[in-house]
Amino acid sequence: MKKPTRIFARVFVWAMLILMYAPILVLMVFSFTEADTIGVWSGFSVNLYPQLFQDEELMTVVLNTVLVALASAAVSTVLGTMGAIGIHYSRRKMKAALEGVSQIPVMNAEIVTALSLTVLFVYFGIQFNFLTLLIGHVVLTLPFVVLSINPKLQQMDPNIYEAALDLGARPSHALRRIILPQIMPGIFSGFLLSVTLSLDDYIITAFTRDTSFSTLSTYVYGATAKGALPPTLRALTTVIFVFALIILVVINVRSYRKKEAAR
Amino acid sequence: MSRIKFTRKWLAFPYAVFMILFVIIPLVLILTYAFTDAEGNFTFNNLLTFFGNGSSINTILVSFIIGVANTAICLLIGYPVAYFLAHRDLKMPAVMMLLFIMPMWINFVLRTAASRDLLFWIGINGGEYPYLATMIGMVYNYLPFVILPLYTTMTKLDYSQIEAASDLGARPRQTFTKVILPMTAPGIVSAATMVFMPTMSSFVISDVMGERKLSLIGNSIQLYFDQGLWHMGSIVAVVMLLLIAVGMFATKNVQKEDDVRGTML
Amino acid sequence: MNKENVIIELVGVSKVYNETVAVDDFNFYVKKGEFVSFLGPSGCGKTTTLRMIAGFERPTEGKILLNGKDISELPPYERPVNTVFQKYALFPHLDVYDNVAFGLKLKKVPYEETDRNGNKVTKYRKLTKKEIDKKVTEALKIVDLEEFEWRDITTLSGGQQQRIAIARAIVNEPQILLLDEPLGALDLKMRKEMQLELKEMHRKLGITFIYVTHDQEEALTMSDTIVVMKDGQIQQIGTPEDIYNEPKNAFVADFIGESNLYEGVYMGNRKVRFLNHIFDCVDDFSANEKVNVVVRPEDVKFAEAGKGMIDGVLTSKVFKGIHYEYVMMVGRNEVTIQSTKNVEINVPVSVNIAPDLIHIMKKDMLSNVYDDAYIDNDNRVVIAGGAFDCDVTQLIPGSVLDEEGYVIAPDGKKYDFKDADVFADVAFSDIEIVDNEDGGVVCGRIVSMIYLGNHYQVLIRTEDDEDFVVATEYTWNEDDRVSVLIPADKIRLKLRGEASKYVKN
Repeated sequence: MKKPTRIFARVFVWAMLILMYAPILVLMVFSFTEADTIGVWSGFSVNLYPQLFQDEELMTVVLNTVLVALASAAVSTVLGTMGAIGIHYSRRKMKAALEGVSQIPVMNAEIVTALSLTVLFVYFGIQFNFLTLLIGHVVLTLPFVVLSINPKLQQMDPNIYEAALDLGARPSHALRRIILPQIMPGIFSGFLLSVTLSLDDYIITAFTRDTSFSTLSTYVYGATAKGALPPTLRALTTVIFVFALIILVVINVRSYRKKEAAR
Repeated sequence: MSRIKFTRKWLAFPYAVFMILFVIIPLVLILTYAFTDAEGNFTFNNLLTFFGNGSSINTILVSFIIGVANTAICLLIGYPVAYFLAHRDLKMPAVMMLLFIMPMWINFVLRTAASRDLLFWIGINGGEYPYLATMIGMVYNYLPFVILPLYTTMTKLDYSQIEAASDLGARPRQTFTKVILPMTAPGIVSAATMVFMPTMSSFVISDVMGERKLSLIGNSIQLYFDQGLWHMGSIVAVVMLLLIAVGMFATKNVQKEDDVRGTML
Repeated sequence: MNKENVIIELVGVSKVYNETVAVDDFNFYVKKGEFVSFLGPSGCGKTTTLRMIAGFERPTEGKILLNGKDISELPPYERPVNTVFQKYALFPHLDVYDNVAFGLKLKKVPYEETDRNGNKVTKYRKLTKKEIDKKVTEALKIVDLEEFEWRDITTLSGGQQQRIAIARAIVNEPQILLLDEPLGALDLKMRKEMQLELKEMHRKLGITFIYVTHDQEEALTMSDTIVVMKDGQIQQIGTPEDIYNEPKNAFVADFIGESNLYEGVYMGNRKVRFLNHIFDCVDDFSANEKVNVVVRPEDVKFAEAGKGMIDGVLTSKVFKGIHYEYVMMVGRNEVTIQSTKNVEINVPVSVNIAPDLIHIMKKDMLSNVYDDAYIDNDNRVVIAGGAFDCDVTQLIPGSVLDEEGYVIAPDGKKYDFKDADVFADVAFSDIEIVDNEDGGVVCGRIVSMIYLGNHYQVLIRTEDDEDFVVATEYTWNEDDRVSVLIPADKIRLKLRGEASKYVKN
């Protein structure tokens, strides 16, 4: 490619990246000053950080968010792993039906899913509580677990299960010792995906929670109605960003090492 | 074989039960709610009430226009980015890709609120410019969902086909319009579906960015939900479902890309 | 044949998947220590049969007897049989040692113990680590991969993976080793080497081997007994020599080795006529019977020009290393000849064929006969779901057709043959193949093609499993989708039942 194009390409891509990061970076920069809104610099300070960790309400919210994410991801991973294996070995018609049903929450608008669950709970007179919220998040994340395990099952040599039986393994043993290790990467990424989807979710949470129970999404949404973001949230953004960065680096370095080792 | 397959096939049983209870039955309920009144009698009144209201038509129209605009802008920005990354105009394209996805790890509402505060700072007040602020928020949020499927499609392109085109006498511009563009069409369609439908049904972005001055289909569902008007909410949801079904039908022949979020890790 | 030492026997075994018959009534047995090959083209049922023996599939009908006991309902993990899979199916997350030791770790061996009352009881225990170590080492030694224990499976070459797959199976000391095209993924040179090694392993271990392959040369090289299959049916069972020298039918002759196949007529008195010449032969058939004749290319010998049994002209010559391969035209028939002699082409030559090298086979079918055909409303005959124009007046000799479509006999009787059941008979050479699916009356897929000296015999199968055998001069390809046409005057019809049933008053 000619040089001017290449320079244009670089400038364009970097400009877009800077725009993508601008809101977050601004929040992070202003997490080191105590002013009420961004854009006002009232001198360097790290006070927002201790304030953040002393804010009991916010800490409960963060804890709730993590709790819902981990619980729903765990349920989804177990249900989804079993489901994916079961679907993979089902007969054609059953397989098509189950795969079709798995697509519904993926293709459906989140708000329709949320409303339909609410209607279900209202119809059967079920009180909104932690369980309804958990079910909502499992509906949201479960199909993605199945979708991330499915390719691993398809890539797997179909004969290895039979080979295990042939060598004397009972079906349950073959499932645990042969199939599970093969699809482990899929299960792992399905779990992580569930956690991220759940952490990020607002709509399903808002519809299926008990209103006294807040997650980060609903807390921030409530806060935005009152004006600019509360200063402590700027500190929280920085913490989350750094945390995400560390996880991402760890995962990618690990998978890079694995690839290197395989060479 | 049946004896051997038995154990494996039945593993899907709890999954199937869960999906029937919490995906199929709720959708059936929505359908029945949409066409019944509070006493449970069959009625078209909900439908008529919704469409009889001028603001509902307005809502659908605004949603459609914002959906189209957002899809177009995201594609216009995302396609070149994906193209440049896939053609290695920049070093370490995989890391660059990751950088584009990273912001998605910050909570969605928090991210949206941050961009609102930033816009406010530089003088674009959501209360004064609800449409502009909403559009910026939409593009900001959905851009990664466009870049990823396009990038995946482009890295899968067979480079020798592009070379073949120039070997057969195509100039760079012709190579682009006659070869690269058609070959990346599936990625474009999948990116578009990933943006268009969610844009129409979203309500957090329009609420937060537009200071609740703007109403999309998602907002009207949420409004009925807040007021406990399940039957009215359901009819809007059914309209939304129909739109999604039409969209899926229109693009069903195009090869499906992995979900963006699935390739984040 | 005596049935002593039989290790495994299939009795009336069939396998049907969604109404398609993959294996149709198999009956055969394998003796202890034998090397048996299942040979046939893809889709012939060989792999299905192997999978039924391994226990991955259950027969729809019939019994599989291992040492006289029915094992058809036994799951694979309870059968003393191990399999080497086509693509090895090694466990990628385990290293070489753990792959080979997989079966051993699950195995339980009986031992005797004296209980408190002094009675001897049989108990089961797992193998000790030491025992497993020893067996794994031995197995790896057999496949020449000692010291590979701790290697990762993904770091091995195809050939090495193949050996590990064999070691993983034989380490369990199975009564039968099943091999499903185990050399299919290797290159030619490697394959030849492994063939010899497998044969050697078979000799050393003394285990029964059942080997699935589509490669006739491989089967001939390695086996004690070959089971030739086609379309879910056993075509012939025999030693490699039997199958090569005495093929039972045209399919076997064509599939095994190279051959010249002709249609001929048995004249009686050990004389057979083909290639426009009457040859002496050694087989017995009934006089004037139509037969198929097979002559191997290496059995056609050059004679002094003008002094041989048949005369012809050599039209091509290819050097093949050990011999030349010639094509001789005798009239419109081709004769393939393999000879070490270097002969000029495009000049007249004569050849001889010794009587004992002419192999005569019964013809399976002489023409296409459909016994479930019927006449439709428009006086057409329905064969294999397609309505063909035909001449219904042949059902009543001397009759004519009136304007309304009734058949008027010479005695003035009026017949209505609507829905009449008939036999339809069409000669091979009277069917025309059309290469698009809409051009003919019935469409189907070309299942097989055999060259018979001057034409091809093509088998076309419709979706409903009806067959059309067609003699044609044109080359087609297997799996081509085609349709067939039959000229109206070439369909011979015969009523089933009395003509009087169809008299119209």
